[in-house]
Amino acid sequence: MSFLDMDERILEIAARVEVVYSPLVDLKEFPADVDVTIVEGGVSSEEDLHKIRMVRSRTKLLIALGDCAVTSNVPGMRNTFKVDDVMKRAYFENADLKQQVPSDVIPKLLPRTRPVHEVVPVDVFLPGCPPPADVIFGALVSLLDGTTPDLSGTRFGR
Amino acid sequence: MSGRPSAKPAAGAPSSKVKTLTIDDRLVSAREDESILDAARQNGIQIPTLCNLDGLTPVGACRLCMVEVKGSSRLFASCVTMVGEGMEVVTDSERLQKYRKTIVELLFSERNHVCAVCVSNGHCELQNLAQTLGVTHLTVPYLHPKLPVDASHERFVNDHNRCVLCQRCVRVCGEVEGAHTWDLRGRGIDTRVITDLNQPWGSSETCTGCGKCVHVCPTGALTEKGKSIREMAKQSRFLPYLTMMREDRSE
Ligand code: SF4
Ligand code: SF4
Ligand code: SF4
Ligand code: FES
Repeated sequence: MSFLDMDERILEIAARVEVVYSPLVDLKEFPADVDVTIVEGGVSSEEDLHKIRMVRSRTKLLIALGDCAVTSNVPGMRNTFKVDDVMKRAYFENADLKQQVPSDVIPKLLPRTRPVHEVVPVDVFLPGCPPPADVIFGALVSLLDGTTPDLSGTRFGR
Repeated sequence: MSGRPSAKPAAGAPSSKVKTLTIDDRLVSAREDESILDAARQNGIQIPTLCNLDGLTPVGACRLCMVEVKGSSRLFASCVTMVGEGMEVVTDSERLQKYRKTIVELLFSERNHVCAVCVSNGHCELQNLAQTLGVTHLTVPYLHPKLPVDASHERFVNDHNRCVLCQRCVRVCGEVEGAHTWDLRGRGIDTRVITDLNQPWGSSETCTGCGKCVHVCPTGALTEKGKSIREMAKQSRFLPYLTMMREDRSE
């Protein structure tokens, strides 16, 4: 959402890029030869792991956006527990109806939720919860200009 | 001649002997019983610190304030190293920056810091350090240890997940409040702050409930009960004032 907080400046970026893939783009598979990919969220399930490896292999520059991608953040709070215990808590202890672990719709959880860079190499880190729109904008513009982004305005949290 | 670094603060009344040294190529002078950190600050040179706090005895626990001293290959914690005649101090080099960043990364990785849901989010000295030192991510893996939260005290909470073992709580409670409720137990990564004989804070017989430890704690480890995310702003400025007033009275 912080991305949208760039407001009308998004148009400035949009004029200089071609968006080839996003959760909103009607495309099933991640395309080949992508220049820049911005990824949000930690790597939590086997599906995430598969996706991020594919993304990495098809992207020149990978940006981890937000604390979940950079630190594993709130999703990583389950990491002090065993997956079995997490599932029991979610689908049995806290469920009144139909107490069972869903098997086909929910991808299998990895033992730990991990920051993206613990799984594949990341080129640029934009921490923050959420990261300030100004920093996202500044970083994208400098990447488009081929300069090194100034990340001093980012911090964990807040 | 380069002054030999000494960790021994002179005891008793403030010394009147003055030493001359250079810090980052600037010629400065300081009393012989002052630390390199004191001398730097008096001259507007900023060295990052975490465990150090004006009004408490420095302990050199975090090592963030370390500096290079010409003639020695080892690094010195500037808060516990006294100035020396002819010393040549460097407070900011590539090596120091790298080590400082690594220290901050290790502090984040050793416990569970989830800033987004922390009561101290936005008011935390560890967060500030990460930002000023340019720590945008960790290069070491997170350990995700399982740590307890002690909420047994009527008004305060001790969350070990956020503790950086700076010992400010130990010192303020012992040196200023005079209760000595806090201590450290264990070694290395298993070190924990404890209250009294490692019993729940709420059952402590020494704690007066003054709240000093809460307000000097740099992180969200010691907080007031009932605070929600981002609400726990600390007021540690009472400390230099308090010590100053006491010194005045004892004169
Ligand atoms: S104590 Fe500071 S660094 Fe740790 S989670 Fe809280 S705000 Fe973040
Ligand atoms: S509240 Fe006061 S007496 Fe109690 S532990 Fe903290 S500093 Fe010590
Ligand atoms: S509880 Fe707070 S003041 Fe005490 S050692 Fe931990 S971080 Fe420092
Ligand atoms: S500030 Fe000097 S060691 Fe912590």
